Amino acid sequence: MKYIDEFKDLVRGSGILKEIVRLATFKVSFMEICGSHTHVICKSGLRALLPDNINLISGPGCPVCVTSQPEIDAIIDFADSNKDVIITTFGDMLRVPGSSSTLEQVRARATDVRVIYSPLGALSIARQSPQKEVVLLSVGFETTAPLIASVLQTAQAEGITNLTVYPLHKLTPPAMAVLLDSKDMRIDGFICPGHVTAIIGADAYGFIAKDYKRPCVVTGFEPLDALFAIYMLLLQIKEGRADIENEYKRVVSGTGNARARAIMDHVFEPSDALWRGLGSIPMSGLSLRDDYMGFSAAKRFGIDITKYTDSSKGTLDCRCADVLRGVINPAQCPLFATACTPTAPQGPCMVSDEGACAAWYTYERTAVAL
Amino acid sequence: MSKHDRVLLAHGSGGVMSAELIAGFVRAFSSAQSAASGGVGGLSAVPSTSLPAPSPTPLNDQAILPASGKRLAFTTDSYVISPIFFPGGDIGKLAVCGTVNDLAMGGARPLYMSVSFIIEEGFLMSELDLIVASMASEAAGAGVAIVTGDTKVVEKGKGDGIFINTTGIGVVEDGIDLGPENIKEGDKVLVSGTIGDHGTAALLARGDFKIEADINSDCAPLHELSADIIAAGGASVRTMRDATRGGVATILNELIEESTLGMTVREASIPVRDSVQGACELLGFEPVYLANEGKLVAIVGPEVAEDVLVAMQANPLGKDAALIGEIIAKPAGMVLLETTIGGRRILGKLSGQLLPRIC
Repeated sequence: MKYIDEFKDLVRGSGILKEIVRLATFKVSFMEICGSHTHVICKSGLRALLPDNINLISGPGCPVCVTSQPEIDAIIDFADSNKDVIITTFGDMLRVPGSSSTLEQVRARATDVRVIYSPLGALSIARQSPQKEVVLLSVGFETTAPLIASVLQTAQAEGITNLTVYPLHKLTPPAMAVLLDSKDMRIDGFICPGHVTAIIGADAYGFIAKDYKRPCVVTGFEPLDALFAIYMLLLQIKEGRADIENEYKRVVSGTGNARARAIMDHVFEPSDALWRGLGSIPMSGLSLRDDYMGFSAAKRFGIDITKYTDSSKGTLDCRCADVLRGVINPAQCPLFATACTPTAPQGPCMVSDEGACAAWYTYERTAVAL
Repeated sequence: MSKHDRVLLAHGSGGVMSAELIAGFVRAFSSAQSAASGGVGGLSAVPSTSLPAPSPTPLNDQAILPASGKRLAFTTDSYVISPIFFPGGDIGKLAVCGTVNDLAMGGARPLYMSVSFIIEEGFLMSELDLIVASMASEAAGAGVAIVTGDTKVVEKGKGDGIFINTTGIGVVEDGIDLGPENIKEGDKVLVSGTIGDHGTAALLARGDFKIEADINSDCAPLHELSADIIAAGGASVRTMRDATRGGVATILNELIEESTLGMTVREASIPVRDSVQGACELLGFEPVYLANEGKLVAIVGPEVAEDVLVAMQANPLGKDAALIGEIIAKPAGMVLLETTIGGRRILGKLSGQLLPRIC
């Protein structure tokens, strides 16, 4: 397939690999902070091809995984006690374990919880059921937020009053700063998220090169994109550089998508947000601006997360919080592949395809056997 | 089929209107049965002394099927699909092909079938006609006689348009013994063509993704292809399985998971249509987990692998057949994938639902 197969090619891949092996004369740790990168690294079997002194760490790149426990508990409680409301959300949210239940279980107890594939799904349900309240539980990074914003703009223009949103969006760069400040780990370079950067632009990582002197490479989602990013990071370190480089020029520009950002800025404003594993990070989330406060599910239904304590350790010894910070890899969690599997997930990182634990379980759980 | 343009609750009452509805089915399936008996490679091939045609009383609640000394294969499956009509087929075609394929994968020649409908009140009679016609035509083509059936109509809102159950019976000729327990180290793994076509066609036809692509379901009866495989590979054909729900990856795991052997598969050898790959790239799906309704996986001894592959490719339903992997000694009970860039990883079963990425 044109423009896809080229990025999965064995011959080209072995050329880059040879260069990586030649450059990798020192120990390095690179973090990928996009769940889809974690997925492609595991899925392509790339880790096994790399020299031992290159350590790839999965960061907080899965939207469902970084959602905090109090927020998960608050929305599950809300859904369970509001059987007249139609809850719409993305599929992965249904199985995320709350402290005592999941949205999937709530649905079985008669709340109308519907999986949507795009935020437009929530809008059309609201149009079709004007007598019902429709709540959109929206998670996601800078990639998803402009879509939600655009849906709310449309809803406002159409005078739709039965749609509200509970935004759980997160912004990527502030979390990267927190990870770099962390004392218990060292990140030598970032593999930056292709989709997110298509919106925010590669320039958004400038502070990482300037203030933290760490190289960044924005890359795509095919195996060779990932390999090439690793090569470019190694080369920067070898040459003593810390630059923001863009391997994904076929999609990403330096300045990103200004129009999408304008839509997002029109509806949302940055606010402090609670991340699983990383705690509260200033200006790392999105809240509705005053003009759009009429769409706030929290306000209309009085959802108050301060009533919920952060028991993000979960029920057993779930270590999603440490996995999200890259302090341990999924296989180092005592529950991995024993008490915690994709069919019986104990934490969110095992639920979503974009979660590090699910990707490791699906593709790499018996690295020993290989 | 009826003077009514919609199925009414009364059509399920057991009275005159029920009889009217059922008469339509009988007309359709009787002609399928006579076409089958007429020798479309089906019933006529069975010696009438061992398995004669059933007595022509399709309104009885059961069919009496003689079986003297032969082994019979017996299977049942219920079909629910949204949308009911999709590019390349409909629920009726699916209900016949699915059951034919379940029989064929055991090496059986499909002979008789029952059909049960659960229809929601208000269902368009014109759509029911289309579904029944497509069942009749598939059954005739596969040499299968639809010999008994049932119809229930449920109140509006208590069903999702139409559900169909089919049960099939076939005969297994002497000397055919297929099953995963026959698999040996060094055996070859073959797939009969491009994978993920049905799953992608159905997903896109549902309209949730607003993606348009020219992808048809591969829904087809595989009894002739399986007969070709057995003819070419003889006793060295170890096992066959149609790769329906869960896709090729799940089926391969099911074949090997109880085994003391393992399996390795080359990603680059798995045939995938560009349009299916493209849709999967956009949505974050993997073709190996998407359903097929006209593709099978065969595991055969290495000495016949080439012959079987040639035989498969000679059948229109196997023209894109490919050798995708081998049975290896270890790790046992597991499928390994050699990725396109030369990496190796586990090819696991589908766990849970297919969901697109959020980001």
